[in-house]
Amino acid sequence: MSKDENLLETLATSEYEYGFTTDIEMDYAPVGLNEDIVRFISAKKNEPEWLLEWRLKAFRQFLEMKMPDWQNFDMPEMNFQDMSYYAAPKKKVLASLDEVDPELLDTFNKLGIPLEEQKLLSGVAVDAVFDSVSVATTFRHKLAEKGVIFCSFGEAVQEHPDLVKKYLGSVVPSSDNVFAALNAAVFSDGSFAYIPPGVRCPMELSTYFRINAKNTGQFERTLLVADTGSYVSYLEGCTAPMRDENQLHAAVVELIAMENAEIKYSTVQNWYPGDKEGKGGVYNFVTKRGICKGDNAKISWTQVETGSAITWKYPSVILKGDNSSGEFYSVALTRNRQQADTGTKMIHLGKNTRSRIISKGISAGQSHNSYRGLVAIHSNAGGSRNFTQCDSLLIGDKCGAHTFPYIESKNSSSVVEHEATTSKIAEDQIFYLNQRGLDTEKAVALIVNGYASEVLDKLPMEFAVEARKLLAISLDGSVG
Amino acid sequence: MLNINNLQAKVEDKEILKGLNLEIKAGEVHAIMGPNGSGKSTLASVLAGNPGFEVSGGEALFDGKDLLDMAPEERAREGLFLAFQYPVEIPGVSNINFLKTALEEIRAHRGLPALSSKEFLKLLKEKQELVELKTSLVNRSVNEGFSGGEKKRNEILQLAMLDPKLAILDETDSGLDIDALRIVASGVNKLRSADKSFLVITHYQRLLDYIVPDFVHILYDGRIIKSGTKELALELEEKGYDWLKEDFSTQE
Repeated sequence: MSKDENLLETLATSEYEYGFTTDIEMDYAPVGLNEDIVRFISAKKNEPEWLLEWRLKAFRQFLEMKMPDWQNFDMPEMNFQDMSYYAAPKKKVLASLDEVDPELLDTFNKLGIPLEEQKLLSGVAVDAVFDSVSVATTFRHKLAEKGVIFCSFGEAVQEHPDLVKKYLGSVVPSSDNVFAALNAAVFSDGSFAYIPPGVRCPMELSTYFRINAKNTGQFERTLLVADTGSYVSYLEGCTAPMRDENQLHAAVVELIAMENAEIKYSTVQNWYPGDKEGKGGVYNFVTKRGICKGDNAKISWTQVETGSAITWKYPSVILKGDNSSGEFYSVALTRNRQQADTGTKMIHLGKNTRSRIISKGISAGQSHNSYRGLVAIHSNAGGSRNFTQCDSLLIGDKCGAHTFPYIESKNSSSVVEHEATTSKIAEDQIFYLNQRGLDTEKAVALIVNGYASEVLDKLPMEFAVEARKLLAISLDGSVG
Repeated sequence: MLNINNLQAKVEDKEILKGLNLEIKAGEVHAIMGPNGSGKSTLASVLAGNPGFEVSGGEALFDGKDLLDMAPEERAREGLFLAFQYPVEIPGVSNINFLKTALEEIRAHRGLPALSSKEFLKLLKEKQELVELKTSLVNRSVNEGFSGGEKKRNEILQLAMLDPKLAILDETDSGLDIDALRIVASGVNKLRSADKSFLVITHYQRLLDYIVPDFVHILYDGRIIKSGTKELALELEEKGYDWLKEDFSTQE
């Protein structure tokens, strides 16, 4: 066996440990995409007229839009008429966990989302989205004491319609891109959070997602608003079951940080990546954007992407307020035949704004990993600074790493720094570690974790541990 | 401890070792010298299990076990250590994290519990002093930005930390100035004991003034053609390799 084969063998697909399905009564919308479907979804959710109108407007925009062609991956055939856009478990949201469908609870347990006392003690509020309907929300009352609103998007529409109406679409308008338009038309559910002025949210907010029903795309809509001087840290972790057909995940996340407010948004993504031949797997086409609306506001995105057949996302920050700052920390791992085209956009509008981009791409197998970033400094953004570091790590000789950095600077008093490195895990590095008693899997994990450290250190503690483990597991081949 | 019988090995279809025999007992220090291309580094690589080298015949027994049948990490855990001639850099992996992980693997194999952070750091400090390696270097990534001498001293630091039964030093003296040589040799000497063995591969006799061997072997054209005590090294230094080549060809 040649040297390269040795290394590649250890990085083949391992059993996707979250691969299983739940069979409970589903409420499906008929397959297809048209105005009636949009109305069906809105009616199922008992939405007010203004929201239905908003959806319909977006749907009409969607019909006019074309699929982009600039992406650096093979765009799959997408037949929007071939999917059902609504799936909800028949039983409604219930007051106590005792009344929740036991099969559903079992699903959550398998995914490691204990909705019981343990979670209560660890102090993390969990809004578990199961397909299109939120099933349980814990800790709402505890957060309510501080005036923090954290609930499913659907509930927010019912109970806080003014807040939703005020901010929905203000950061990612439906016209932004074809998938944002689609999401606006058919979004299922998601999370909503509002942090009142001066409040430091007492616990990490987190949400788990899972795509289940065949042929159903997941279209979450998340909206987080941090009012003046507030702070919130939000964690998002995803898993999905093994499927033969590809599944579209076109979520939209909007973050709004007012004056002196701070939002930390962390994601660990582990959607089913497809098999060794590249068959199956989730399409993760997400639009995430935050706006630092007020002065001194701060938004930071941290992501660890290890799953999905195709990852296509650019969590961005619009730095409107003076002295505001945006950060983007990313580790994107692709292997087998996964593809990723990801990065960020930092739009400097206000004065003395700062942005920091640290992107660590890891490619293995026959995958392709692209970093695409835009740093735009507008003419009024005097005294602004950006630092970008995008690194690529190649494992084996059949994968690819690509970089597309864009810098547009219209202000001469600003400073933009860009560094990039490309490296390879060399056979002799592996052998060196072998010779010190570490097997190849451990050696690769050590090297990759060291490489990704700067980003992993940005995650909230409990997530960081999970993320490091996920990286190591993702690189695990079949044992031996 | 180590029994090599008729070892044959090749690299990219070129035969390098053509029937090497060697026996090393516990507590002994053996030196191997020989001209370029004789197979010195090949021997070290084959014993360590470098996948780029193919064993085409013969055997090697390490404490009675079939060494050549083991994966490189297994050999390391069994107590074999190779101080590389050209230690590789591993950016992003801190020296400390690496040492701690390696030590845990080896200790686990020996049925020993992992050291606590406190105990580990104490041990590290002790061994650091042995090779006079600054703390600032120890805190860096493995060999990143190290000078040649610092890399070699880092090899000996690892040797001291991992405490192997058999240590192979592959031209550890190459590229070292007199001071670095003295430090490396003194570090090795402090680790000598009745249950540990060393295989010192070198070009020059000079190192053997500091690390005095029990046996010296001359490797030529893939075989050990002459063995003796430390005097043999001095004779070789005096007469050069040509003397041996003549000797060898008359023997053929």
